[in-house]
Amino acid sequence: MSKSVLLKSSLAKKYWMAATGLFLCLFLVGHLLGNLQLITHTGESGRRAFNEYAYFMAHNPFIKVMSWMTYISILFHIIDGILLTVENKKARPIGYAHAAGTKSSTWSSRNMALLGSLILVFIVMHGAHFWYKAKVKHDMLLHKVTVQSPNGPAELYVTTAGSYLPVQGVKVKNHTEFFEPSVDIKLGEGYKDLHSVVIAFFSGKETNGVPGNENALFAVIFYVIAMVVLAFHLMHGFASAFQSLGARHPKYTDTIKNVGNGFAILIPLLFAIIPVIIWKLYN
Amino acid sequence: MSILDSKIPAGNISDKWTDYKDHLKLVAPNNRPKIDIIVVGTGLAGASAAASLGEMGYNVKAFCFQDSPRRAHSIAAQGGINAAKNYQNDGDSVYRLFYDTIKGGDYRAREANVHRLAEVSSSIIDQCVAQGVPFAREYGGLLDNRSFGGTQVQRTFYAAGQTGQQLLLGAYSALSRQIGLGRVKMYNRHEMLELVKVDGKARGIIARNLVTGELERHSAHAVVLASGGYGNVYFLSTNAMGSNVTAAWKAHKQGALFANPCYVQIHPTCVPVHGTNQAKLTLMSESLRNSGRIWVPKKKEDAEAIRSGKLKPTELKEEERDYYLERKYPAFGNLVPRDVASRAAKEVCDEGRGIEANDTNEGVYLDFSTEIKNKGKQAAYAAGDHNPSEEKIITLGKKWLEEKYGNLFQMYQKITDENPYETPMKIYPAVHYTMGGVWVDYNLQSSIPGCFVTGEANFSDHGANRLGASALMQGLADGYFVLPYTISNYLADEIRTGKISTESSEFEVAENNVKSQIDKFLSNNGTKSVDYFHKKLGLIMWNKVGMGRNAQGLQEAINEIDQLKKDFYIDVYVPGSNDELNPQLEKALRVADLIDLGQLMAMDALQRKESCGGHFREEYQDAEGETLRDDENFSFVGAWEYKGDDIKQEQLHKEELKYEFIKIAARNYK
Amino acid sequence: MAAKTINITLKIWRQKNCNSKGNMETYTLNDVSTASSFLEMLDQLNEQLINDKKEPVAFDHDCREGICGMCSLYINGRAHGPDNGVTTCQLHMRMFEDGATIYVEPWRSAAFPVVKDLVVDRSAFDRIQQAGGFVSVNTSGRTMDANAIPIPKEDADKAFEAAACIGCGACVATCKNGSAMLFVGAKVSQYALLPQGKVEATQRALNMVRQMDDEGFGNCTNTGACEIECPKGISLDNIARLNREFLKASLVSNK
Repeated sequence: MSKSVLLKSSLAKKYWMAATGLFLCLFLVGHLLGNLQLITHTGESGRRAFNEYAYFMAHNPFIKVMSWMTYISILFHIIDGILLTVENKKARPIGYAHAAGTKSSTWSSRNMALLGSLILVFIVMHGAHFWYKAKVKHDMLLHKVTVQSPNGPAELYVTTAGSYLPVQGVKVKNHTEFFEPSVDIKLGEGYKDLHSVVIAFFSGKETNGVPGNENALFAVIFYVIAMVVLAFHLMHGFASAFQSLGARHPKYTDTIKNVGNGFAILIPLLFAIIPVIIWKLYN
Repeated sequence: MSILDSKIPAGNISDKWTDYKDHLKLVAPNNRPKIDIIVVGTGLAGASAAASLGEMGYNVKAFCFQDSPRRAHSIAAQGGINAAKNYQNDGDSVYRLFYDTIKGGDYRAREANVHRLAEVSSSIIDQCVAQGVPFAREYGGLLDNRSFGGTQVQRTFYAAGQTGQQLLLGAYSALSRQIGLGRVKMYNRHEMLELVKVDGKARGIIARNLVTGELERHSAHAVVLASGGYGNVYFLSTNAMGSNVTAAWKAHKQGALFANPCYVQIHPTCVPVHGTNQAKLTLMSESLRNSGRIWVPKKKEDAEAIRSGKLKPTELKEEERDYYLERKYPAFGNLVPRDVASRAAKEVCDEGRGIEANDTNEGVYLDFSTEIKNKGKQAAYAAGDHNPSEEKIITLGKKWLEEKYGNLFQMYQKITDENPYETPMKIYPAVHYTMGGVWVDYNLQSSIPGCFVTGEANFSDHGANRLGASALMQGLADGYFVLPYTISNYLADEIRTGKISTESSEFEVAENNVKSQIDKFLSNNGTKSVDYFHKKLGLIMWNKVGMGRNAQGLQEAINEIDQLKKDFYIDVYVPGSNDELNPQLEKALRVADLIDLGQLMAMDALQRKESCGGHFREEYQDAEGETLRDDENFSFVGAWEYKGDDIKQEQLHKEELKYEFIKIAARNYK
Repeated sequence: MAAKTINITLKIWRQKNCNSKGNMETYTLNDVSTASSFLEMLDQLNEQLINDKKEPVAFDHDCREGICGMCSLYINGRAHGPDNGVTTCQLHMRMFEDGATIYVEPWRSAAFPVVKDLVVDRSAFDRIQQAGGFVSVNTSGRTMDANAIPIPKEDADKAFEAAACIGCGACVATCKNGSAMLFVGAKVSQYALLPQGKVEATQRALNMVRQMDDEGFGNCTNTGACEIECPKGISLDNIARLNREFLKASLVSNK
């Protein structure tokens, strides 16, 4: 029964909701730290640093585990959220004629399912914008640089080993691997040029061969709104997760609440300024 | 002895119960499941009895009219529960609790019962703590006590101002456990409307399912009535709206004697009446008298000025105030017993010095300003400030009050819209508890074999006046520690009886009686609501069978109730039908019994030509206006026998009260 | 305080029984004293209805001093009405303006079916209590002395604050999810804080939560509305404690 108690009871659902939610908060921090490189470093070095970071994120075994946990967490958080919402609707089949007062709870606490659904929409869009291109469609350009050689401008791929390979002199296999065109010898591996994709997406300008996004301004606005939604979701979710796990004590509850509010404002805010700054930089 | 055999065992008072218990007959564990017991009411007395009997293995059916057993009105008791633990080392003992209770009851209680009550009082506290009842504690982790009216020791255990709630929820939890285990079957929203006797023994009840209106027959080998008191005969009282006498009255009509109906406790500290639509009075715990000083203006003119709003009570100078309890009873001061405090309040209001701006001007002040200063100073000293400012003293004093009585003060403010930290509380006596009830012997058995009565519903332990914090004690003592023994003694002869059929003619007749009464009400098609009659009854009772009674008024009351009863049956209008939840019908059935009872109360008060405890006959008072008992002629329990629909025909039986172990004396709190 | 009178319009849920459909009915009531309690106002309405030979409104009530927990009523979108820290019976008409329209509805919860008009069936709470809301100690008079185990005052006070729950169901009525966590949390907390209750803590948490789920209450999403609307100010600390107790119980229990 212990297993079923940990899965089926109403409290267990809340534990999972809280645990996955808190894990996703951790994910947000990691994701943000990486993304901030988009605005902390500029120019080629920034591009290089960001793409290196993206490569690291895709290949480090620990990070891989973490990202699988993230996927699972998102899935669990969604399924759990749906189950809870359905049960909660069932618990009050007939509503009140005079709508419930708004004095006794915060708006976000009453609308977590709505906020969560909006965030899900965002996650899908966000995935389609970047993750899908990199991981599924594999149509992302590789990081290459143009140098002035005695023979005129030459295009070179940047490899993960830190060396350069001429674009003309290699064959790309498995999306990112460089091979000697005639012999099956692997010469190195390239970076996906995620940085340029991002810049092109939010600036609307052609970037290193990535065509500019015609609706860049809308994209920026959409992302900012999404972050506002996230902020409201976190505003309740962060502290709520602690409460669900029973972490409450008169001494610390206020701290948890304040940290939660700080987190809910700071993290989405920092996420939101990235597209804004990119757009500003290029327009 | 006539039909009244109190069955008090012989022997020394302190050994009676132990010896008696040791020789009672038992029912073996394997026989108990064959025996059915009905318990009506789930307050302290009922819930504790049902739980204990369930634990023992009997088949218990418990009934309450509320939607849950947890709602019974024991829950509203605020102040505390007495027990002779002597944790405070102030000289308390079983004997002292026994003595205080007898004296508090104005020497009209049965010695043996009261001593037993004092004996088991300690076990009650142990039992409740074991159940997880969160009594107030001191910083050392041990139980805290406070003092209550009529005593000079601190023996009252409490849980803020919600002691009754905590004790009832404790009993309810024990009951819930038995329900969960299937040993008690609970019938919520059921009202007992008839007691069924077979061959002279109580064998069951007719209960109405209040949701469906269905009349149900329930049989048992014994019936326990724990249905509470009858204070609602006054319409306005501190009782719950649903509190009623019906269960007890049905037993009375079936032959159970009704004892001392005129003994009513008027509680001195209630919020005064505000208007004609008022349905209920609210008690302010007696514990407030530990900290508050009761006064009215010395001069009538000042009282008038206060009533008209020209003068604020806080503006009246100290020397213009009459702290009348401190003046008249220096030894006990504001902590005199309830009946004494109530009567004193009536007296000053009758003199025209009442301060409440309502129709009757009835109200006195309960002032906390002295306590605020005292406790504030203490708190400042305790915090190391030996020269505190006036302002600091008052702030600290208010804080102390808030900790001690915060919930009561808040409750008062919600009701009256006045802040008792700033201006004195207005209080006035209100009907609170009824010492009278179904007559029972030492076994808590009524004059109907197999019909046991516990708690406030019986008459046994409080004499003519109940001391504060003793009702909770009695309810739990009866249910946990007395009834389980004595009922087993009775049931030991029932193990061969077998299941009792509900198909017998006795059940048939009983059900038909109930049905015809219900049909009569529903088809009556009068013009006035039940409340109309109930209010009229209440007014008669309050004015003529209230705090001060006299022969003329009582006779008038008897006649007026006669007329009221006639009018009620002719002109009451009960809407709705029987096959649904019908609160008006419930009320009509209850008020019908209250009308009968009211008349009996007036008759009892009329025959008791003396003043004692809560029964104050104006003709019998001493030079100082104190109660004047007549021990020679009235040292008896007056138990009435039902003689048909005309209550005036009821016959009085007397149980002599013998005081072997306490020297009877005039009650003196001076 | 001189009481004045006001005239009000009432919109009240009327429903014949649990099987029939209900609807909101409108009534006007004049000369209501502002010193009256809300229930005294309903008494006045019923008196008027009875005099007009109409069916009076059924509502639950008993002690009328805020402790029995029998009164309910969702008034103008709030459990126990617009005042804080009171039950409906302690709500006074001085909280309402002259000419006000007042909505009066029953508790809405799948676990609290309507019996009639404003009366609901809260026996689900009883069943939760029966599942584990007790200490398994028989009546004996031979338990240890009440002072044998000192209990820190702070724990005793907290246990008392949790035990102050009156079981009215305002938490369920208020919660947008119809969750009973405050009620269950309070009961579990009371016992979890006392040494006498610790013995059965594991079973109690598991059994009471299972029963709560079976009754069809919703899930707690920590909106905190219950704490605000609770007439006895039962704290969310109790829900957190229940969460801890249940987590502990489900991890250690071999059932």
